[in-house]
Amino acid sequence: MKLITAVIQPHKLDDVKAALEAAGVRGLTVSEASGYGRQKGHTEVYRGAEYTVDLVPKVRVEVLVNDEDVTTLTGVVVNAAQTGKIGDGKVWVTSVDDVIRVRTGASGPDAL
Amino acid sequence: MEPFLDTGVTAWMLVSASFVLLMTPGLALFYGGMTRSKSILNMMMMCFGAMAVVGCIYVLWGWSMSYGESLGGIVGNPFDQFGLGGSFDPVSILNEETGAYMPTIVDVGFQATFAIITVALIAGSIADRTKYATWLVFAGLWATLSYFPMSHMVWGDGLLSGAGPFASIAEPIDFAGGTVVHINAGVAGLVLALVIGKRKGWPGEAFKPHNLPLVMLGAALLWFGWFGFNAGSAYGADEVAGLAWVNTTTATGGAILGWLLVEKLKYGKATSLGAASGVVAGLVAITPAAGALTPVTSIVLGALAGVASAFAVSLKTRFGYDDSLDVVGVHLVSGLVGTVLIGLLATDTGLFFGGGIGQLVVQIIIAVIAIVFSGVVTLVIALVLKATMGWRIPEEDEVTGIDQTAHAERAYEGIA
Repeated sequence: MKLITAVIQPHKLDDVKAALEAAGVRGLTVSEASGYGRQKGHTEVYRGAEYTVDLVPKVRVEVLVNDEDVTTLTGVVVNAAQTGKIGDGKVWVTSVDDVIRVRTGASGPDAL
Repeated sequence: MEPFLDTGVTAWMLVSASFVLLMTPGLALFYGGMTRSKSILNMMMMCFGAMAVVGCIYVLWGWSMSYGESLGGIVGNPFDQFGLGGSFDPVSILNEETGAYMPTIVDVGFQATFAIITVALIAGSIADRTKYATWLVFAGLWATLSYFPMSHMVWGDGLLSGAGPFASIAEPIDFAGGTVVHINAGVAGLVLALVIGKRKGWPGEAFKPHNLPLVMLGAALLWFGWFGFNAGSAYGADEVAGLAWVNTTTATGGAILGWLLVEKLKYGKATSLGAASGVVAGLVAITPAAGALTPVTSIVLGALAGVASAFAVSLKTRFGYDDSLDVVGVHLVSGLVGTVLIGLLATDTGLFFGGGIGQLVVQIIIAVIAIVFSGVVTLVIALVLKATMGWRIPEEDEVTGIDQTAHAERAYEGIA
């Protein structure tokens, strides 16, 4: 099993959610995140005082998937999240030792 | 004539007093939203502290020092009507010919709300770092030694009023408190910022406002309350009150536009903080002029104040004084714009309307006297408190957040 983690533009969340649902994903976790990549931050002006905000708001999407679905689903996420502009984010994959469904106690691929 | 109770005026003055009292909680929101999230409660508490301290001392000696027996035109005798006793006259004649009067106690309430907000205005210059006990003591001392004498000089038939020596040039105009309230508080804010010093990290770190909707809500409440401030200062439910009401609105509209125009040209974007600040700049500028201008000249005055204050808020970074929430840039600068430009724009006596130079000269004189008086008095109080109680909380408390360290509370769960 793998964990796909995607840090994406907040305004692309709905597209990513819809694309993953269409691809058969039945659950995911979303959290608010902030960070910076190559686009760096932006400037805000309050009563003439300029502040550089170097952490930009992002959304983190986490999906647990079977090994054989990883390539397809990372492709789905990247396609749905892409605007082609700097700041689109990153997607990465990590191995997961085990997954347990809290309600039933089932573990492994059955818990996905 | 037989005196009779003018119920219309009395009712309007009670309503006006209530409006003006609401301005101070409104100011607490306006200022509180501009602080960092770890200091909003302290800022609001400074405003509420002013309500508590000044609300009490006003009836003890504040009224008497403002409107009691004059000591040389500078201040009223605090013992003349101490605690609203002594020679306190319960009847305030509004019109000698008709005999119309309102109960003086209503005027006491109305005037107390002015003293409260003037003290609270100063808190904006010393956000995040001030010992609360020192602030409360300052509130009482400053109201006593700076506000009450200024209100006596301008409104209590003192030195800067129509009964004073400058009236031989032209009668000084301060309708609702350009000198007494805004120049007075603005200068005090500057002096305190200089004596108390900068916050740790200022201006290098981010000291940006944490909640702009609160700032806008506060500005809206101030605008609403200001109808009592200005239209109430007509001391009548009449055409002058109506004129002051309309001027208060047109000047404020002009000031918002002026401020946003400066922002657009200098930084490329019109901001909500700019709009809220423009509201206050316009309200401040029209305060002394609300009865002396037309609704149209009020737009001009407001726009000029908005432009002037939008530039003036940058002075603190250039000169290095941490006037945290721009008491100087907004209240002192727009207070001066309003007080002085009366000399040009006053409908009957302004230079632009054929009134000659006299009004302008007198307006400059009363503005300068207000600056010097407030500056000297505030400096003495600030230095005495610095040597005795101390002004600053410990540096680590300031970094942790004054809400937590001074009040053992936090405004928001989960945020430092």
